[in-house]
Amino acid sequence: MPGITREEVAHLARLSRLELQAEELDHFAEQLDVIIGAVARVSEVAGQDVPPTSHPLPLTNVMRADEVRPSLTPDQALSGAPAAEEQRFRVPQILGED
Amino acid sequence: MSVENLVPYEEALASYDPVMGLEVHVELGTKTKMFCGCSTELGAEPNTQTCPTCLGLPGSLPVVNAIGVESAIKIGLALNCEIAEWCRFARKNYFYPDMPKNFQTSQYDEPIAFNGYLDVQLEDGETFRVEIERAHMEEDTGKSSHVGGATGRIHGATHSLLDYNRAGIPLIEIVTKPIEGAGSRAPEVAKAYVAELRELIKALGVSEARMDKGQMRCDVNLSLRPNGTEKFGTRSETKNVNSLRSVERAARFEIQRHAALLNDGRTVVQETRHFHEDNGTTTSGRIKDNAEDYRYFPEPDLVPIAPSREWVEELRAGLPELPRVRRARLQAEWDLSDKDMQSVLNAGAVEPIQLTIAAGAPADQARKWWMGELARRANETGTDLAEQPITPVQVARVCTLVAEGKLNDKLARQVIEAVLAGEGEPDAVVEQRGLAVVSDDSALGAAVDQAIAENEAIAAKIRDGKVAAVGALVGAVMKATRGQADAARVKDLILERLGVQA
Amino acid sequence: MTDLIRYTAAETAAAIATGEVSAAEVTQAHLDRIDAVDKKVNAFLHVDTEGALAAARAVDAKRAKGEELGPLAGVPLALKDVFTTKGVPTTCGSKILEGWIPPYDATLTSRLKDAGVVILGKTNMDEFAMGSSTENSAYGATGNPWDLSRIPGGSGGGSAAALAAFEAPLAIGTDTGGSIRQPGAVTGTVGVKPTYGSVSRYGLVAFSSSLDQGGPCARTVLDAALLHEAIAGYDPMDSTSINAPVPAVVEAAKLRDVRGMRIGVVKEFAGEGYQAGVMQRFNESVELLRELGAEVVEVSCPSFTLALPAYYLIAPSEASSNLARFDAMRYGLRVGDDGTRSAEDVTALTREAGFGPEVKRRIILGTYALSSGYYDAYYGSAQKVRTLISRDFDAAFAGVDVLISPTTPTTAFPIGERADDPMAMYLADLCTIPSNLAGNAAMSLPCGLAPEDNLPVGLQIIAPAMADDRLYRVGGAVEAALNDKWGHPLLEEAPAL
Ligand SMILES: [Mg+2]
Ligand SMILES: [Zn+2]
Repeated sequence: MPGITREEVAHLARLSRLELQAEELDHFAEQLDVIIGAVARVSEVAGQDVPPTSHPLPLTNVMRADEVRPSLTPDQALSGAPAAEEQRFRVPQILGED
Repeated sequence: MSVENLVPYEEALASYDPVMGLEVHVELGTKTKMFCGCSTELGAEPNTQTCPTCLGLPGSLPVVNAIGVESAIKIGLALNCEIAEWCRFARKNYFYPDMPKNFQTSQYDEPIAFNGYLDVQLEDGETFRVEIERAHMEEDTGKSSHVGGATGRIHGATHSLLDYNRAGIPLIEIVTKPIEGAGSRAPEVAKAYVAELRELIKALGVSEARMDKGQMRCDVNLSLRPNGTEKFGTRSETKNVNSLRSVERAARFEIQRHAALLNDGRTVVQETRHFHEDNGTTTSGRIKDNAEDYRYFPEPDLVPIAPSREWVEELRAGLPELPRVRRARLQAEWDLSDKDMQSVLNAGAVEPIQLTIAAGAPADQARKWWMGELARRANETGTDLAEQPITPVQVARVCTLVAEGKLNDKLARQVIEAVLAGEGEPDAVVEQRGLAVVSDDSALGAAVDQAIAENEAIAAKIRDGKVAAVGALVGAVMKATRGQADAARVKDLILERLGVQA
Repeated sequence: MTDLIRYTAAETAAAIATGEVSAAEVTQAHLDRIDAVDKKVNAFLHVDTEGALAAARAVDAKRAKGEELGPLAGVPLALKDVFTTKGVPTTCGSKILEGWIPPYDATLTSRLKDAGVVILGKTNMDEFAMGSSTENSAYGATGNPWDLSRIPGGSGGGSAAALAAFEAPLAIGTDTGGSIRQPGAVTGTVGVKPTYGSVSRYGLVAFSSSLDQGGPCARTVLDAALLHEAIAGYDPMDSTSINAPVPAVVEAAKLRDVRGMRIGVVKEFAGEGYQAGVMQRFNESVELLRELGAEVVEVSCPSFTLALPAYYLIAPSEASSNLARFDAMRYGLRVGDDGTRSAEDVTALTREAGFGPEVKRRIILGTYALSSGYYDAYYGSAQKVRTLISRDFDAAFAGVDVLISPTTPTTAFPIGERADDPMAMYLADLCTIPSNLAGNAAMSLPCGLAPEDNLPVGLQIIAPAMADDRLYRVGGAVEAALNDKWGHPLLEEAPAL
């Protein structure tokens, strides 16, 4: 299994919206390289014909009836908002899609 | 790219073969959201239909709406799909402020429905089969409005405001396999497919599928390859096209734009694009580079869905008559030739006509109005027939007034125009404008007597047996009553007064 | 007053029910104790004095009216700060949620309130439950009441320390890889991870959804059972909730009889890395169970050696997605919004400032394991390991009623010792992780002090899913026998604070 480079860590940090500092990047790259080296052992079973388990319980088809339940009040919904305006969440300018 | 240096459409098709992929998102008409019990009612005040789950508050959990799943299966069955025996939800991870959890709960490699097809009819009656890749369940995002920019757009905005009432509303995403072999008819196929899909969704009763309200939106993926080659070219993805006409225009524009790039020896960029209703063009959105990585994985907060075969068969048995079958039936019921039926279809008039008949109008009358006055108007204004500001119930009422002799054709036309102009219900228009046919025999009798007295020479001819001359007297009466008399009744009265058998 | 804080939960409830003492007095005694010692222990992030006294007075009023009280009415409890509490701050030990006051109660919170349990406040924890020492809290480390320079375990170190420091007779923890059991072991208290799906996760701020499970923490097995019954049971708000009756854990805790039970010792949980004193106390427990009439056999679960690597792929992967919602848009911290920065930049700056190093490490690790090109080798393989581990458990439980092992390979280590060595830290959960991966039930209870350092050692008991009662049957019997042998509960040996 390959280790992880500083550049990869920087890419992963961007994907996960973490503005890492330069020395943090160095430090994490070093640590993650060790951790990934250790956890990569799981790939021993990659070739085995074993079904993966995503859920620890064998439950299926858990659904609810299409019945309206009370919502929060807008005050409650917005109670934790760093900023609000016109009963909406106020956020900085959004880049990207128009 | 400006419109001027596009390649003319026919020229583009002479060199290139378009391949399309259509992704349609349908908002289901469930009472509650996909994963929580918040109402989906449109038009509510901002952030009044939210809860910990659809706001993505820490600790909240989703629970699947059973009608959401049922609707997905119905759509799958109507699209001739296989229904998964076992499937899971998956998280699609990407950050965007309108998405409260910063992942969309969707389905990935295990859609609930897959491998189907939809036969669509083109304007000349030819049938084209569109293969369906999959139909899967997911959730809508919140709505952002951008403040401080020139036109409410993102560009130049200082900040944005978010309303999460829409966040979590159930969506079914229906994805076609690559549509090949449509050639120059590709834009037409795209429009016909979306139209047929919309009919189907409405027939199933799972959504009103109003494109103008965003309940149904289409992404048009399009690429060109040189004629005679196999390999697909680079595609563009025109997002959220929201009318049938726009679907066709967007596909057409992209064909011309791609051809211009390819002719110039330039490359098509893989990107999302936005369609502009005003001028029919598309502009560049977000570049889809390979950095995009949604990191799908099975949603651990939801357990798998394993629709029993009994349930699936029950739903299959309960499917309503599907649009194609229904159209064949209606054609027979309305006694139309293939050609007439096709023009009804092309005008988008099936639904309005049927609703008008259902509201009590005779078939020929209903068809006459929708295919005549109203179709003409839709054409002139470039709008859908169903979006005209008159309802089938109103048209049916006009037909009834005609059948009852309270309106004649000419008056009926005036009533329709007044309703379209927003003057209210047909009966109110008749009342306010005083448009009722004068059928009161005493009032009419006076007018007839006067006409006979003023045209004694003609009256004499009629008495002598020249019944054809009656037209002149009818005309005089109609003029005197300002067109509000029932011409047939006037004729009867004149002949009666003159003692002549009709 | 000192007596009141040393009562068990069962004794406290009985004293309140008979009117020997009021719930308000009991609550005040605990608030006083917190006042006196928590500056040293740092078990609580938030003490809800008003709310606690109001809840206690409500119980007293109920009693005065002659209404029937539940088995835990009026008993104070320390709630891990990972469950939402309406109107009371919930931070998960993170700066990113500093000051957040949830508009809703977790199902578990509501159940506690309905049972008349008095919630004293919210306890310290490793940030977002990521850790085994509570050093990863943004609000400072918690001390182990046995030795304040040592860790109380984690992530639920605050809850375990509150019990061991007699700040509360009951506490709630969550166990994703051992976060209830390992703190229980190193603080000489009892901790239970119920079967996955038996305690609602609605309102439990998710670390790793397929592994997280809330559960009871207490000083006695019976108290844990009483709390277990109060919080467990079907919840339609949690799709992974089991719709079946809760096993009769209180009855089992009172049984104190293991005769005829078959008990398996997991062979893989021994050897290198296991402290001698830990193994000594564990082996004595094995002997004790034999003496009590159980049949003890050795079993092998070969896939357990892959549990730790699988866990450190699955948990960070799910966490990377679960923690994406902390984006500075709707709640919590917002950093760098100066009117010129984009939402995207503000999100990245806020997450950088708001998350501690362990959380960032795990987010990056999880993002890596899920990214295209690596998914199959990492996340996919880890899910296969999960299947193999369940199979090992199934095979083992075909021959035995419960499995036992040390809860954790070592006793409490000094604060700071493993803080920047993630791999060393991760070893603390070696024995507890398989049960999280398989979703079955497990308990840790004290089985003595390691001779070399006089610190508590935990005995882990593992039962099949929905056989949680077996934990209490074995735990109750072991606890009774050990208390007989020692002449008092182990915690009496803890130094005064
Ligand atoms: Mg989608
Ligand atoms: Zn909601």
